[in-house]
Amino acid sequence: MIQIHCPYCGETLPELEFAYAGEAHIVRPESPSEQTDEEWAAFLFLRDNVKGPHFERWRHAHGCGRFFNAVRNTITDRFYITYKAGEPRPDLAKLLEESK
Amino acid sequence: MSKHISSLAPSVVVDTAAAHVAVTPMTGRISLRARGDLAAIGKAIGVSLPTQIGICAKTDGIEVVCLGPDEWTLLVPLDQIEKVQGALATLAPSLPHSMTEITGREITFQIEGPHAADLMSIGCPRDISTIKVGQARRTLFDGATVVLWRDAETSFRMDVWNSFAPFLASTLETGAKELAAELA
Repeated sequence: MIQIHCPYCGETLPELEFAYAGEAHIVRPESPSEQTDEEWAAFLFLRDNVKGPHFERWRHAHGCGRFFNAVRNTITDRFYITYKAGEPRPDLAKLLEESK
Repeated sequence: MSKHISSLAPSVVVDTAAAHVAVTPMTGRISLRARGDLAAIGKAIGVSLPTQIGICAKTDGIEVVCLGPDEWTLLVPLDQIEKVQGALATLAPSLPHSMTEITGREITFQIEGPHAADLMSIGCPRDISTIKVGQARRTLFDGATVVLWRDAETSFRMDVWNSFAPFLASTLETGAKELAAELA
């Protein structure tokens, strides 16, 4: 079973306590009414289909209940890092270097 | 077969050589969400709020566990609920918070016995030994979200939503009998 570190609880816990919640760092447009239909549809529905390190959201659904962000390799399922929601996107090149 | 819900009044669920499981008498429960001046809230209810997830605090019959960065559950004797609610309500204008009485939402299983920790491990994916004595965690037990309190090495309490209770009671009953059969 995959073990995931919850940045709020400070513990590394089994995957079963967590729920996947889609791609991370999707920014909602400031004024939706000024968006074209295409732009709005892209914001709502279009996501990257990354092969390799992926920035994604998870929720500690059966625990503290918090959403947080993670970088996971979609091929190996390895988690490089998890960090609190609202924190800046970590530098991927540095992460990959550190995790070698 | 699942337990009938009416059988989950305070009573013994199962009693074997491995573990003893009982439904505890009703207690008051309050769910509290708050940010900001936690010391003021602690002062109002008479027990300071722990800020680390999983840590408990206790005084005068009131027990508090921190379940999230801004979430606590209070176990309060039934006759003190109004007093605690009143104390929190006076903070409301200056210190916004959410206080919900959830007394009727949950029941508690008391699990004791030499193999209580083993019984917890049949349904909980988490390593039970990471829950230290005197702490509590919200986690998963056989598919249902529960709050697991560890009162001693071999004594647990499990807060369970009513609708999951009959199912979890039957899980605990089966588990306790299986563990006892292994001993025999």
